[in-house]
Amino acid sequence: MSKGLPEARTDAAMSELVPEPRPKPAVPMKPVSINSNLLGYIGIDTIIEQMRKKTMKTGFDFNIMVVGQSGLGKSTLVNTLFKSQVSRKASSWNREEKIPKTVEIKAIGHVIEEGGVKMKLTVIDTPGFGDQINNENCWEPIEKYINEQYEKFLKEEVNIARKKRIPDTRVHCCLYFISPTGHSLRPLDLEFMKHLSKVVNIIPVIAKADTMTLEEKSEFKQRVRKELEVNGIEFYPQKEFDEDLEDKTENDKIRQESMPFAVVGSDKEYQVNGKRVLGRKTPWGIIEVENLNHCEFALLRDFVIRTHLQDLKEVTHNIHYETYRAKRLNDNGGLPPGEGLLGTVLPPAPATPCPTAE
Amino acid sequence: MWKMKGLKRKWGATPGAATTSTAMDKEYVGFAALPNQLHRKSVKKGFDFTLMVAGESGLGKSTLINSLFLTNLYEDRQVPDASARTTQTLTIERRGVEIEEGGIKVKLTLVDTPGFGDSVDCSDCWLPVVRFIEEQFEQYLRDESGLNRKNIQDSRVHCCLYFISPFGRGLRPLDVAFLRAVHEKVNVIPVIGKADALMPRETQVLKQKIRDQLKEEEINIYQFPECDSDEDEEFKRQNEEMKGSIPFAVVGSCEVVRDGGTRPVRGRRYSWGTVEVENPHHCDFLNLRRMLVQTHLQDLKEVTHDLLYEGYRARCLQSLARPGARDRASRSKLSRQSATEIPLPMLPLADTEKLIREKDEELRRMQEMLEKMQAQMQQSQAQGEQSDSL
Repeated sequence: MSKGLPEARTDAAMSELVPEPRPKPAVPMKPVSINSNLLGYIGIDTIIEQMRKKTMKTGFDFNIMVVGQSGLGKSTLVNTLFKSQVSRKASSWNREEKIPKTVEIKAIGHVIEEGGVKMKLTVIDTPGFGDQINNENCWEPIEKYINEQYEKFLKEEVNIARKKRIPDTRVHCCLYFISPTGHSLRPLDLEFMKHLSKVVNIIPVIAKADTMTLEEKSEFKQRVRKELEVNGIEFYPQKEFDEDLEDKTENDKIRQESMPFAVVGSDKEYQVNGKRVLGRKTPWGIIEVENLNHCEFALLRDFVIRTHLQDLKEVTHNIHYETYRAKRLNDNGGLPPGEGLLGTVLPPAPATPCPTAE
Repeated sequence: MWKMKGLKRKWGATPGAATTSTAMDKEYVGFAALPNQLHRKSVKKGFDFTLMVAGESGLGKSTLINSLFLTNLYEDRQVPDASARTTQTLTIERRGVEIEEGGIKVKLTLVDTPGFGDSVDCSDCWLPVVRFIEEQFEQYLRDESGLNRKNIQDSRVHCCLYFISPFGRGLRPLDVAFLRAVHEKVNVIPVIGKADALMPRETQVLKQKIRDQLKEEEINIYQFPECDSDEDEEFKRQNEEMKGSIPFAVVGSCEVVRDGGTRPVRGRRYSWGTVEVENPHHCDFLNLRRMLVQTHLQDLKEVTHDLLYEGYRARCLQSLARPGARDRASRSKLSRQSATEIPLPMLPLADTEKLIREKDEELRRMQEMLEKMQAQMQQSQAQGEQSDSL
């Protein structure tokens, strides 16, 4: 285990304790090794182990939303990310099922386990987005859904008798799939991200990136980054939430060089050099999903799952949710929603929450 | 395409050669040389061909056109970024290029539709395209009815390559709307762009899905004519293969890839391999090129003229016919032999009204004249009979 004092933000121990609003963390104190040597070993560093054990027992929630035109490989990518069939691919649907006329929100939950740690993963799909002839305001149902989850959480939070562990259905991460046109973003992409980057963590990805050569990929990414910047769209990891210098340098590198990740997904395995790899087999070669020379899937996976999973949840809770909460309380004159202290009935939430599969 | 083979078989050498003419003179009339004469005349005149490309941006349309015709038509193109495209409406752009090969000149006009399918709201975005196609028909109709018919410029759209996204699951609502708006006005050839995004099995599934949807939505794409029964087997087989691979799944490239030991090929180089544009196992580019340029160029023009243009003309003229003069008008207008009737071209509404009134006047006068003549004929017939019987 770690030698020094526990770090302010851990990525190994996935804590599910609802964290209190944290003050801006100072740089962790350097271990005063001389003193502790004199006094003997205290054992504070076992807190990490304790948190880990607790997490393993309780497990944790993660809610990921995928948005993009149909056919961009959203479900396949999510299945590849979590190495299980957590999202039902539309191609396996009944042939008669057509593109829905309005955007639907479909949330499907799964429990996956790894190394003794249980994760309750909810994948929220948005079929119908961007598929119609007229796509005006097609992001509205999505924004509504996200706000409804915040509202749900808020209602639980202001209860007098609160649950020990409030079920967290808030969207922690929204993967936005950009079509690999090679030119630039589409007007619809800009509209969606402009509206939604303020309420949820958006991670833009370039879908089906196996249609672009290396040069085309890097040109396209540069253009997309520039367009996002020019339009004031802050995707995750947002610059303003970098906590310290270490975060900033790490995130800067990701923001300016790697993102948006150009990914390829697959749920089929092929034999390459004696190994079985996930990939796509074409007459001109096999595209290996986890090969960094072929695509950036591995970068996306490491980013979302291995390094920034907890941060995604924290930013959702501490920033996006708090923004929503503050707005709601302000609308109600500083009082929590529901029955007020003086028995007045306060204005209802913006919309009735839609039932999610729990 | 005229079959030169048949001709050679009979004459042995090029027609007109002195050695054969004397012997043959007595037995043959000689009009078997007609196709050859037509061929020579056309070669001198050159071919015009107008090709339209339509589809969402980013599907490889420009690259494919450059690959097909080995030119760089889109050198000076500026692709606008998303914020500019938010406010852009669909425009129609025309580019012309003259291509010469084997002594034959082709004047190729490319019609592009930048802005199609880009906006958030694409309702009716196909209307400018439909209007454009009809305008070309209008122009031709006017020219045909005009006085100087020797040098009619044929700017009608002979073929529309419609690009379907390989990322979707078949035709999208916008694709269906566009195709339904234009399929009766232009020869549509559906094409799957950027086909190197698909594995072979996915390509098959997508093609089948598109074919099913086209049938379901009753969209009439360009039909390859059946082979003549006396074509050779190879040609027939090729034709069948081409028909079976519609919609064509294409990949375009103007870059030549030189890999170590292999010969240079036009293709796209990826980290996992190189897609060869002209490899039939990789994509249908060769099929499309063969079909569009090598075998069916003339047929596309003929279908445009004989079927689509005539359909437009009939619709147009019928709608101009007024109720009173309809019978006489429609009867004579639809048969092109009438020398007294001048077909009315479509002009802006105010002019059309005036023209209709003028023509109505003319028709009435002619009707009266004809009736008078008929009466006279009847009279003289009656008199004739009388005199005969006497």
